Amino acid sequence: MTEQRGLDCNQVVELVTAYLDGSLDADARAGFEAHLVECDGCDLYLDQIRQTIAVAGTVVADTLPEQTRAGLLRAFRTLNTR
Amino acid sequence: MATPSDPALLPQPASQADQEFVDRLRAGDEDAFRDLVTAWSPAMLRLARTFVSGAASAQDVVQDAWLGVIKGLDRFECRSSLRAWVFTIVVNRARTHGVREARTTPMSQFGRDDDTGPTVDASRFQGPDGEYPGHWTSMGAPQRWDEVPDRRTLTREAIDLVEAAIEQLPPRQRLVVTLRDVHGVSSEETCAVLEISAENQRVLLHRGRAALRQTLEDYYRR
Repeated sequence: MTEQRGLDCNQVVELVTAYLDGSLDADARAGFEAHLVECDGCDLYLDQIRQTIAVAGTVVADTLPEQTRAGLLRAFRTLNTR
Repeated sequence: MATPSDPALLPQPASQADQEFVDRLRAGDEDAFRDLVTAWSPAMLRLARTFVSGAASAQDVVQDAWLGVIKGLDRFECRSSLRAWVFTIVVNRARTHGVREARTTPMSQFGRDDDTGPTVDASRFQGPDGEYPGHWTSMGAPQRWDEVPDRRTLTREAIDLVEAAIEQLPPRQRLVVTLRDVHGVSSEETCAVLEISAENQRVLLHRGRAALRQTLEDYYRR
Protein backbone atom coordinates (compact mmCIF):
# COMPACT_ATOMS: atom_id res chain seq x y z
CA MET A 1 0.00 0.00 0.00
CA THR A 2 1.62 3.22 -1.11
CA GLU A 3 0.53 6.69 -0.07
CA GLN A 4 -0.29 9.17 -2.80
CA ARG A 5 2.50 11.53 -1.90
CA GLY A 6 4.49 9.27 0.41
CA LEU A 7 8.21 9.71 0.30
CA ASP A 8 10.75 7.02 1.06
CA CYS A 9 13.74 7.68 3.28
CA ASN A 10 16.16 7.39 0.40
CA GLN A 11 14.26 10.18 -1.31
CA VAL A 12 13.92 12.32 1.79
CA VAL A 13 17.67 12.43 2.40
CA GLU A 14 18.15 13.88 -1.06
CA LEU A 15 15.65 16.68 -0.34
CA VAL A 16 17.15 18.03 2.87
CA THR A 17 19.13 20.84 1.25
CA ALA A 18 16.21 22.07 -0.83
CA TYR A 19 14.04 21.87 2.29
CA LEU A 20 16.45 23.90 4.43
CA ASP A 21 16.75 26.48 1.64
CA GLY A 22 12.97 26.79 1.50
CA SER A 23 12.92 25.85 -2.16
CA LEU A 24 10.54 22.88 -2.03
CA ASP A 25 7.09 23.69 -3.33
CA ALA A 26 4.18 23.46 -0.92
CA ASP A 27 3.26 19.88 -1.84
CA ALA A 28 6.81 18.61 -1.61
CA ARG A 29 7.35 20.39 1.69
CA ALA A 30 4.16 18.89 3.10
CA GLY A 31 5.22 15.41 2.03
CA PHE A 32 8.68 15.93 3.46
CA GLU A 33 7.41 17.14 6.84
CA ALA A 34 4.76 14.41 6.99
CA HIS A 35 7.49 11.84 6.54
CA LEU A 36 9.62 13.34 9.31
CA VAL A 37 6.75 13.10 11.76
CA GLU A 38 6.67 9.35 11.30
CA CYS A 39 10.32 8.58 10.71
CA ASP A 40 12.87 8.98 13.48
CA GLY A 41 15.72 8.06 11.16
CA CYS A 42 15.03 10.88 8.73
CA ASP A 43 14.21 13.33 11.50
CA LEU A 44 17.61 12.56 12.96
CA TYR A 45 19.30 12.80 9.57
CA LEU A 46 17.92 16.32 9.07
CA ASP A 47 19.00 17.25 12.58
CA GLN A 48 22.50 15.94 11.87
CA ILE A 49 22.71 18.02 8.70
CA ARG A 50 21.76 21.05 10.79
CA GLN A 51 24.42 20.16 13.35
CA THR A 52 26.96 19.80 10.55
CA ILE A 53 26.09 23.26 9.23
CA ALA A 54 26.38 24.68 12.74
CA VAL A 55 29.82 23.17 13.20
CA ALA A 56 30.95 24.51 9.81
CA GLY A 57 29.81 27.96 10.88
CA THR A 58 32.10 27.96 13.88
CA VAL A 59 35.27 27.25 11.93
CA VAL A 60 37.74 29.93 12.96
CA ALA A 61 38.97 32.13 10.17
CA ASP A 62 42.49 33.31 9.39
CA THR A 63 43.17 37.01 9.13
CA LEU A 64 45.50 39.02 6.94
CA PRO A 65 48.75 39.97 8.69
CA GLU A 66 48.74 43.51 10.06
CA GLN A 67 51.61 44.41 7.73
CA THR A 68 49.60 43.43 4.68
CA ARG A 69 46.59 45.37 5.87
CA ALA A 70 48.74 48.45 6.50
CA GLY A 71 50.13 48.16 2.98
CA LEU A 72 46.65 47.95 1.52
CA LEU A 73 45.57 51.02 3.42
CA ARG A 74 48.56 52.91 2.03
CA ALA A 75 47.65 51.78 -1.49
CA PHE A 76 44.06 52.90 -0.92
CA ARG A 77 45.27 56.26 0.32
CA THR A 78 47.59 56.73 -2.64
CA LEU A 79 45.14 55.71 -5.32
CA ASN A 80 42.45 57.89 -3.79
CA THR A 81 44.42 61.12 -3.74
CA ARG A 82 42.52 63.25 -6.18
CA MET B 1 23.53 52.33 8.45
CA ALA B 2 24.65 48.75 8.26
CA THR B 3 28.41 48.29 8.46
CA PRO B 4 30.23 45.47 6.76
CA SER B 5 31.73 44.30 10.07
CA ASP B 6 28.94 41.78 10.22
CA PRO B 7 28.78 40.32 6.73
CA ALA B 8 25.30 39.01 7.44
CA LEU B 9 24.09 42.60 7.72
CA LEU B 10 25.19 43.51 4.26
CA PRO B 11 22.24 43.50 1.90
CA GLN B 12 22.43 41.74 -1.38
CA PRO B 13 22.16 42.85 -4.93
CA ALA B 14 22.96 46.53 -5.41
CA SER B 15 21.07 48.08 -2.56
CA GLN B 16 20.98 51.59 -1.25
CA ALA B 17 23.38 50.71 1.59
CA ASP B 18 25.83 49.15 -0.87
CA GLN B 19 25.73 52.25 -3.08
CA GLU B 20 26.30 54.54 -0.10
CA PHE B 21 29.21 52.42 1.02
CA VAL B 22 30.77 52.47 -2.45
CA ASP B 23 30.41 56.27 -2.47
CA ARG B 24 32.30 56.44 0.83
CA LEU B 25 35.09 54.29 -0.60
CA ARG B 26 35.30 56.39 -3.75
CA ALA B 27 35.53 59.48 -1.57
CA GLY B 28 38.63 57.98 0.05
CA ASP B 29 37.07 57.00 3.41
CA GLU B 30 39.86 54.98 5.02
CA ASP B 31 37.77 53.73 7.91
CA ALA B 32 35.31 52.25 5.45
CA PHE B 33 38.09 50.51 3.55
CA ARG B 34 39.75 49.23 6.71
CA ASP B 35 36.42 47.84 7.96
CA LEU B 36 35.88 46.08 4.67
CA VAL B 37 39.33 44.49 4.67
CA THR B 38 38.88 43.32 8.27
CA ALA B 39 35.40 41.94 7.68
CA TRP B 40 35.94 40.16 4.40
CA SER B 41 39.57 39.02 4.32
CA PRO B 42 38.95 35.89 6.40
CA ALA B 43 36.39 34.59 3.90
CA MET B 44 38.62 35.66 1.01
CA LEU B 45 41.59 33.81 2.46
CA ARG B 46 39.50 30.71 2.77
CA LEU B 47 38.26 31.03 -0.79
CA ALA B 48 41.83 31.51 -2.01
CA ARG B 49 42.91 28.35 -0.20
CA THR B 50 40.60 26.36 -2.46
CA PHE B 51 43.01 27.06 -5.31
CA VAL B 52 46.40 27.72 -3.76
CA SER B 53 48.23 25.98 -0.98
CA GLY B 54 49.79 27.62 2.03
CA ALA B 55 48.92 30.67 4.03
CA ALA B 56 51.51 32.84 2.26
CA SER B 57 50.12 32.15 -1.21
CA ALA B 58 46.59 32.78 0.00
CA GLN B 59 47.67 36.08 1.56
CA ASP B 60 49.32 37.10 -1.73
CA VAL B 61 46.14 36.32 -3.62
CA VAL B 62 43.93 38.25 -1.21
CA GLN B 63 46.29 41.22 -1.18
CA ASP B 64 46.28 41.16 -4.97
CA ALA B 65 42.48 40.98 -4.97
CA TRP B 66 42.15 44.02 -2.67
CA LEU B 67 44.46 45.98 -4.95
CA GLY B 68 42.19 45.00 -7.80
CA VAL B 69 39.21 46.20 -5.80
CA ILE B 70 40.86 49.58 -5.14
CA LYS B 71 41.72 50.04 -8.80
CA GLY B 72 38.38 48.77 -10.04
CA LEU B 73 36.19 50.75 -7.68
CA ASP B 74 35.47 53.48 -10.20
CA ARG B 75 34.17 50.92 -12.67
CA PHE B 76 31.97 49.00 -10.20
CA GLU B 77 28.37 49.45 -11.26
CA CYS B 78 26.41 47.98 -8.34
CA ARG B 79 24.82 45.40 -10.63
CA SER B 80 25.86 42.74 -8.16
CA SER B 81 26.33 43.34 -4.46
CA LEU B 82 29.66 44.83 -3.40
CA ARG B 83 30.53 41.62 -1.59
CA ALA B 84 29.73 39.41 -4.56
CA TRP B 85 31.93 41.62 -6.73
CA VAL B 86 34.85 41.51 -4.29
CA PHE B 87 34.53 37.76 -3.78
CA THR B 88 34.40 37.18 -7.54
CA ILE B 89 37.67 39.07 -7.87
CA VAL B 90 39.40 36.93 -5.28
CA VAL B 91 38.05 33.68 -6.75
CA ASN B 92 39.30 34.66 -10.20
CA ARG B 93 42.70 35.77 -8.90
CA ALA B 94 43.02 32.57 -6.88
CA ARG B 95 42.16 30.46 -9.90
CA THR B 96 44.80 32.17 -12.03
CA HIS B 97 47.35 31.97 -9.26
CA GLY B 98 46.59 28.30 -8.72
CA VAL B 99 47.05 27.47 -12.37
CA ARG B 100 50.37 29.33 -12.37
CA GLU B 101 51.53 27.32 -9.40
CA ALA B 102 50.68 24.26 -11.47
CA ARG B 103 49.61 22.36 -8.45
CA THR B 104 48.35 18.89 -8.82
CA THR B 105 45.41 18.40 -6.53
CA PRO B 106 45.09 14.87 -5.20
CA MET B 107 41.78 13.23 -6.00
CA SER B 108 39.37 13.95 -3.25
CA GLN B 109 38.35 11.00 -1.19
CA PHE B 110 34.81 12.28 -1.44
CA GLY B 111 34.63 11.91 -5.20
CA ARG B 112 34.16 14.38 -8.00
CA ASP B 113 32.06 17.50 -8.19
CA ASP B 114 29.90 16.05 -10.91
CA ASP B 115 28.99 12.83 -9.11
CA THR B 116 25.29 12.27 -9.54
CA GLY B 117 24.77 9.25 -7.32
CA PRO B 118 22.92 9.22 -4.02
CA THR B 119 24.56 11.12 -1.18
CA VAL B 120 23.83 8.41 1.34
CA ASP B 121 25.06 4.88 0.75
CA ALA B 122 22.27 2.87 -0.89
CA SER B 123 23.00 -0.10 1.37
CA ARG B 124 21.56 1.88 4.29
CA PHE B 125 18.06 1.63 2.79
CA GLN B 126 15.86 -1.41 2.27
CA GLY B 127 15.76 -2.80 -1.24
CA PRO B 128 12.62 -3.61 -3.25
CA ASP B 129 12.22 -6.90 -1.35
CA GLY B 130 12.39 -5.29 2.06
CA GLU B 131 9.44 -4.84 4.35
CA TYR B 132 9.48 -1.09 3.70
CA PRO B 133 11.36 -0.53 0.45
CA GLY B 134 13.33 2.69 0.40
CA HIS B 135 13.25 3.06 4.18
CA TRP B 136 16.24 2.92 6.49
CA THR B 137 17.49 -0.49 7.53
CA SER B 138 17.92 -0.91 11.27
CA MET B 139 21.69 -0.97 10.85
CA GLY B 140 21.72 1.93 8.42
CA ALA B 141 19.50 4.40 10.24
CA PRO B 142 21.23 7.43 11.78
CA GLN B 143 22.09 7.15 15.47
CA ARG B 144 22.12 10.02 17.92
CA TRP B 145 25.46 11.75 18.37
CA ASP B 146 24.91 13.11 21.84
CA GLU B 147 26.18 10.32 24.04
CA VAL B 148 29.48 12.05 24.60
CA PRO B 149 31.36 12.24 27.88
CA ASP B 150 32.87 15.68 27.39
CA ARG B 151 30.84 17.85 25.05
CA ARG B 152 33.31 20.72 24.98
CA THR B 153 36.34 18.69 23.95
CA LEU B 154 34.48 16.80 21.30
CA THR B 155 33.01 19.95 19.89
CA ARG B 156 36.53 21.36 19.40
CA GLU B 157 37.57 18.13 17.71
CA ALA B 158 34.42 18.16 15.61
CA ILE B 159 35.20 21.66 14.39
CA ASP B 160 38.74 20.71 13.42
CA LEU B 161 37.45 17.57 11.75
CA VAL B 162 34.86 19.43 9.69
CA GLU B 163 37.38 22.10 8.74
CA ALA B 164 39.77 19.44 7.48
CA ALA B 165 36.95 17.66 5.68
CA ILE B 166 35.92 20.86 3.91
CA GLU B 167 39.47 21.15 2.60
CA GLN B 168 39.14 17.64 1.19
CA LEU B 169 35.94 18.33 -0.73
CA PRO B 170 36.08 18.63 -4.51
CA PRO B 171 36.84 22.30 -5.28
CA ARG B 172 33.37 23.46 -6.31
CA GLN B 173 31.68 21.80 -3.35
CA ARG B 174 34.34 23.31 -1.12
CA LEU B 175 33.67 26.79 -2.50
CA VAL B 176 29.92 26.54 -2.03
CA VAL B 177 30.12 25.08 1.49
CA THR B 178 32.71 27.72 2.43
CA LEU B 179 30.54 30.58 1.21
CA ARG B 180 27.18 29.26 2.41
CA ASP B 181 27.91 27.46 5.66
CA VAL B 182 31.25 28.74 6.92
CA HIS B 183 30.62 32.39 6.05
CA GLY B 184 26.83 32.57 5.87
CA VAL B 185 26.69 34.05 2.39
CA SER B 186 23.26 33.82 0.80
CA SER B 187 22.35 31.50 -2.03
CA GLU B 188 21.93 34.41 -4.44
CA GLU B 189 25.32 35.91 -3.69
CA THR B 190 27.01 32.54 -3.85
CA CYS B 191 25.59 31.96 -7.31
CA ALA B 192 26.76 35.43 -8.37
CA VAL B 193 30.28 34.90 -7.05
CA LEU B 194 30.74 31.49 -8.59
CA GLU B 195 28.71 32.24 -11.72
CA ILE B 196 26.58 29.13 -11.37
CA SER B 197 22.85 28.50 -11.40
CA ALA B 198 20.77 28.17 -8.24
CA GLU B 199 20.16 24.52 -9.03
CA ASN B 200 23.82 23.80 -9.59
CA GLN B 201 24.72 25.59 -6.37
CA ARG B 202 22.17 23.56 -4.42
CA VAL B 203 23.48 20.28 -5.79
CA LEU B 204 27.06 21.17 -4.83
CA LEU B 205 25.96 22.30 -1.36
CA HIS B 206 23.91 19.14 -0.91
CA ARG B 207 26.79 16.85 -1.81
CA GLY B 208 29.27 18.79 0.29
CA ARG B 209 27.07 18.80 3.38
CA ALA B 210 26.29 15.09 3.01
CA ALA B 211 30.00 14.32 2.92
CA LEU B 212 30.66 16.43 6.02
CA ARG B 213 27.81 14.82 7.91
CA GLN B 214 29.26 11.42 7.05
CA THR B 215 32.64 12.52 8.38
CA LEU B 216 31.07 13.50 11.69
CA GLU B 217 29.04 10.30 11.82
CA ASP B 218 32.16 8.19 11.27
CA TYR B 219 33.87 10.14 14.03
CA TYR B 220 31.05 9.82 16.57
CA ARG B 221 30.54 6.14 15.88
CA ARG B 222 34.20 5.16 16.06
